[in-house]
Amino acid sequence: MLNNIALIISITLMYSTPLIYAALGGVISEKSGVVNIGLEGMMTIGAFAGAATGALTGNPWLAFLVAGLSGGIFGLLHAIASVTFHANQVVSGIAINFLAPGLALFISRRIFNGATMTPLIPLENKMPLPFSNIFRSLHNQGRFGNVFARNSIVDLIFNQYVTVYIAFILVAILWFLLYKTKFGLRIRAVGEHPKAADTLGVNVYGLRYFCVIASGVLAGLGGASLSLAIVSTFRATLVSGQGFIALAAVIFGKWKPQGALAACLLFGLATGLRIYLGGSAVGLDVSQNLLSMLPYVITLVVLVGFVGKAVAPASVGLPYEKSDK
Amino acid sequence: MTKFNDFKARMIDYILNENLKLTLFSIILGLLSGAVILAIAGFNPIEAYRLMIVGMLGSPRGIAWTIVQSTPLILTGLSVAFAFRTGLFNIGVEGQFIIGALATTLAGYFLRLPAIIHIPVALLIGMIAAGLWASFAGYLKAKFGVHEVIATIMLNWIALYLNNYALEFNAFRRPSSESSHRIQETASIAITWLRDIVGPAVKVNWGIVIALVIAIIVHYILFNTTLGFQLRAVGYNRDASEYGGINVNRNIIVSMGIAGMLSGAAGAVHVMGVSRQVSVLAAMEGFGFNGIAVSLIGNNSPIGVVFSAILFGGINYGGRNMQNIGVPTEIINIVIGSIIFYIASYKLLQIILRKASRKSGKGGNLHVK
Repeated sequence: MLNNIALIISITLMYSTPLIYAALGGVISEKSGVVNIGLEGMMTIGAFAGAATGALTGNPWLAFLVAGLSGGIFGLLHAIASVTFHANQVVSGIAINFLAPGLALFISRRIFNGATMTPLIPLENKMPLPFSNIFRSLHNQGRFGNVFARNSIVDLIFNQYVTVYIAFILVAILWFLLYKTKFGLRIRAVGEHPKAADTLGVNVYGLRYFCVIASGVLAGLGGASLSLAIVSTFRATLVSGQGFIALAAVIFGKWKPQGALAACLLFGLATGLRIYLGGSAVGLDVSQNLLSMLPYVITLVVLVGFVGKAVAPASVGLPYEKSDK
Repeated sequence: MTKFNDFKARMIDYILNENLKLTLFSIILGLLSGAVILAIAGFNPIEAYRLMIVGMLGSPRGIAWTIVQSTPLILTGLSVAFAFRTGLFNIGVEGQFIIGALATTLAGYFLRLPAIIHIPVALLIGMIAAGLWASFAGYLKAKFGVHEVIATIMLNWIALYLNNYALEFNAFRRPSSESSHRIQETASIAITWLRDIVGPAVKVNWGIVIALVIAIIVHYILFNTTLGFQLRAVGYNRDASEYGGINVNRNIIVSMGIAGMLSGAAGAVHVMGVSRQVSVLAAMEGFGFNGIAVSLIGNNSPIGVVFSAILFGGINYGGRNMQNIGVPTEIINIVIGSIIFYIASYKLLQIILRKASRKSGKGGNLHVK
């Protein structure tokens, strides 16, 4: 039983991770007043850039970095449109969702002989499992019995890809940044009341640029956490909708990093339950298709039952014009 | 005669309208951006675009395919545009399309009716099923304050798995296939004689007529009825509408319902005219997201949506022709994305257009706020 719970937790962590990165991206962008529907596209380009760099260079950290950068470039595009040219942010985000995956597949076909799938990255070139060696050596010393054995509870829960730990650390960093620093106060002020912030000498445009680019970087890393850790390749259907689920997690989590984390974990948990219940261990005689609905149904039920009306940052979605002062 | 002159003046007014000018300018810039990317990737952009246009318009077959491709896009575009006008973001077109297609296939396969009844019945069942599906999201928003973006995203995936679940039943699934049984001949809207002319592979159908009629109805509802006025008022300013005595919550549900019916009609028309069946879905097919693009390029107006859907359908079909010189078809999405990007950044275009008109000394009537 405990092992089963550990298995579910393990799957939960795995499936939540890409969502957490992208949702944090959504949080920081929306906190500054810019809606980012383009998360999906930014995840896709990140997943591609990561997998392609990983396959070509064999260096996962370089690949992770390039993924973040490529997401950031599309963040910059979104910022140019929505901050400088006062674009409708939803429209600009949708443009990103056409451009980024389009470009990812276009480049993929050019580099990899017409294929929309990158070559597989060998296991040793994927993102590392940082605690794996410690666990193995502890187990081999034999002093702890089977506590650190492969597929033991400790191993299942704590022996994760490094991207999982980074995601959790980023949640803490973003929380600290937003709520414990002057910089974060300014970001929130810009999202709530840009005019007042401007009057007090806060650089509204600059902060929004920073946040939207950061959101692209985070979404790009989220994509790479899929293509460099969970699987070891990029394919056209890899991201399929996770950017939108991350967006839902932002709203679900009430525009807070810790809330978004909880929402992503819930979604991952529902996926974990689906895989567990459908797996051979339980052998529940229910259609896989019905089980697959579970995460989405649970999200809706929780939204209706437990979450009150969410309040967005007051100026989210509204372009700011300096001359309005 | 004065009436005609009046009409002519209004048409000219419409054509010279700033929005339209900006949209056309965006399309040109989008094509130019695509050309730059083609050139960087080592293709000849002129040759690529020539192939695209030949693919779209070079043959009766190409024109027929363009129309067939744009038919569901008109309807999904209308769905998004309708919701936008009423202040809602319908990201659930994809799921509503799936539900509409599924319901129509069920009605098209299981019902035994003469064609004159079967076609409208199957269409209506598809529309109503999708309408109810979407109005559930409206209900969640009105009653519990659940953001329609989240609700419809979740409903999209639930719809996808519901479609696949329905195909688990032996009565519905065609043996040893990933698809349902085909709909009865009486529920088909294929234009058989035209297929004989342009080739049987081109799925020419009456869907375009249905789509155009629905576009006119939507235009009428939005701009000539009390309901339309109320819906637009809610979209424009919810608080003022509430104060003015409009039942905002009811309007949200009705608006989502109508938007869903339009997406459902897209699914229905697709089944009755093209696919004749539904299949197991591994991923979203993109009808919904294309609908968003169509709506945006069409400036969220029913007439604009018709033109932009035809443009979109044409680029989509004709663009495949670029493969002849090895261009990946994804260039189409890059061009569409660029067009939307420029439409979003209309302020940039205004500045460019104003500078251009100043230079030519015409002193244009465009003004930047």
